[in-house]
Amino acid sequence: MAEVEIKQENLVYAKPKLITNQEMHYCPGCSHGTVHKLIAEVIEELALEYNSIGISPVGCSVFSYNYIDIDWIQAPHGRALAVASAVKRLHPDHLVFTYQGDGDLSAIGTAESIHAAARGENVVAIYINNAIYGMTGGQMAPTTLLGMKTATTPYGRDPQLNGYPYKIADMMALLDGATYITRQSVHKPANVRKCKAAIKKAFQRSMERKGFSLVEVVTTCSSGWKLSPVASNEWMEQNMFPYYPLGDIKEIK
Amino acid sequence: MAKIKGTIIVDAERCKGCSVCIASCPCQVLALSSEVNGKGYSFAQMINPEACTGCASCAVICPDSCITVYRQKIE
Amino acid sequence: MAEKDVKLMKGNEVIAHAAIRYGCDGYFGYPITPQSEVLETLMELKPWETTGMVVLQAESETSSINMVYGGAATGKRVMTSSSSPGVSLMTETLSYLAAAELPCLIVNCQRGGPGLGTIQPAQGDYFQAVKGGGHGDYRLIVLAPNSVQEMHDHVAEGFDLAFKYRTPAMILADGVIGQMMEKVVLAPQRPRKTTAEIAAECGEWATTGKYEGRTRNIITTLELQPERMQEINLRLQAKYRQIEQQAVRYETTECDDADYVIVAFGSSARICSATVEIARAEGLKVGLLRPITLYPFPTVPLAELAMRGVKGFLVAELNAGQMVEDVRLAVNGKAPVEHYGRQGGMLFSPDDVLVALKEKLINR
Repeated sequence: MAEVEIKQENLVYAKPKLITNQEMHYCPGCSHGTVHKLIAEVIEELALEYNSIGISPVGCSVFSYNYIDIDWIQAPHGRALAVASAVKRLHPDHLVFTYQGDGDLSAIGTAESIHAAARGENVVAIYINNAIYGMTGGQMAPTTLLGMKTATTPYGRDPQLNGYPYKIADMMALLDGATYITRQSVHKPANVRKCKAAIKKAFQRSMERKGFSLVEVVTTCSSGWKLSPVASNEWMEQNMFPYYPLGDIKEIK
Repeated sequence: MAKIKGTIIVDAERCKGCSVCIASCPCQVLALSSEVNGKGYSFAQMINPEACTGCASCAVICPDSCITVYRQKIE
Repeated sequence: MAEKDVKLMKGNEVIAHAAIRYGCDGYFGYPITPQSEVLETLMELKPWETTGMVVLQAESETSSINMVYGGAATGKRVMTSSSSPGVSLMTETLSYLAAAELPCLIVNCQRGGPGLGTIQPAQGDYFQAVKGGGHGDYRLIVLAPNSVQEMHDHVAEGFDLAFKYRTPAMILADGVIGQMMEKVVLAPQRPRKTTAEIAAECGEWATTGKYEGRTRNIITTLELQPERMQEINLRLQAKYRQIEQQAVRYETTECDDADYVIVAFGSSARICSATVEIARAEGLKVGLLRPITLYPFPTVPLAELAMRGVKGFLVAELNAGQMVEDVRLAVNGKAPVEHYGRQGGMLFSPDDVLVALKEKLINR
């Protein structure tokens, strides 16, 4: 049988133009790269390349600015949504979004996150929840599951000692200013496509000034979880999804 | 009979061998290479190219944007 | 010639008016005594309806200074104001602002500390303002107004210096200057900078959104390579040396023939100017040097006074002795340098300062 010809008209998928050629520092299989790619694709599709300002956090994804070819501001730990609030108010025609991990958005930055949502800032928070602190070496996060072993819960998270995990997405859904709250994953091709649609919807809503959006992405941290990337995805399905169920939590039309 | 056929090109130097593409391929087209790239990683490659339909599942899931997908109707 | 726009106003109120008239793009703040009138006045004036200035009440000082960080990163003229404990909360981001070389304006209307302290005026944040306050080697340009008029003028000067040197500037006022009412000549309204003007002035670094023909801009303070991090530090230090050469401002009163020089800033300097008058009436040759910029510090004029044969310096501050250290460094042992202060919201009178001058220096 004839071979598929490598030519433009046969091209169905390629690295997005806005993903830079710099190799990502993330560990093999890290979901950050997948979500970065989706953001780049959506910005391209919405023709917002020249109109986007991303806010990167402290944590593994601090270096987001190296990988998506738009203007970026790297924020102090937890403060991305305060930074974003001002940028959006000063540049109301721009797409302004934050990219934050669970430690950044829902531990040290809880106040800034909740209040940006409560004010109904027309920004989007992309919230990567892998239930662990990756950058600092796998310590407990606010989202670490009960019983889960991390560097600071070596015997498993014990609610008496370490408190309970919490779902900031569900908390934010109670706020009038938060109008689109969804929880997604990128562990299977179908989920990646759904996640992209959610990011696209959030970005469009931001441009239409419909209020605050949170796109939580439940992800893996194979280094922190000490599993292979493929086994991490399986562990996530079995353990993370029951506590952090996927799907839209709130959407005000 | 016309058949939809696909193929992929893997940027072997960019690939970190995480294997999520292999797990995501519905047609078992992919496997890791026995040789390693400049970073020391085995990388994804087609071991069963005839089975590729160009569905792009591997590329969609790839965190490092290593995979380019082509698809053609072969008469 | 158009008539001057003269008003009777509180120091805090004038900050709001001066910001709008300067063409400030955004103010982000959180209430704290004794400076809440800044935000209150802005909300009452509604500048978003006239100049387009953004005004936002944040949920904390941590948030408001990070809003300033965001706004400044995009080349906008943005500011915040607070008082001592609130400024302490901001110090992490002050370090980031200096590291990222982002121009902006911070007003500290000081109150007595430490801790929650008091809502009465004090000058106990001199070290925090002048030595950086946050982590790492950095400086803020620090202006110390001694009148409501200077509160007004320092808004424009602070922004101009911040943008000239791409570094944050602070107005270090206190509860006296913030709360007292005085006559002030208001500047005429200036337009805010246009997008094109910001692109021309800050296009090389500001994250305004990419445009055709320019690569992406990134505001970050992270550099993991020690060699490159040192390079960044050396560049910052070179800039600070340049600021020290070019931006020092101070005022002298009766220093030419003075045997004794009082050194005081802000509200203390107001009090001490009366001390000079009383001393001169008594036939004592006393002068006053008032630093207007606390950083950069007027080291050279102080050293020259010491070289000229001034017999002693009295540093009068509303704290336990902070600026006195910089005066000692400037005088470098050539004459005695004594401190006189009150803390906790207490003020001294002109006579108190003269008594201290006599006890500590003249009659020693």
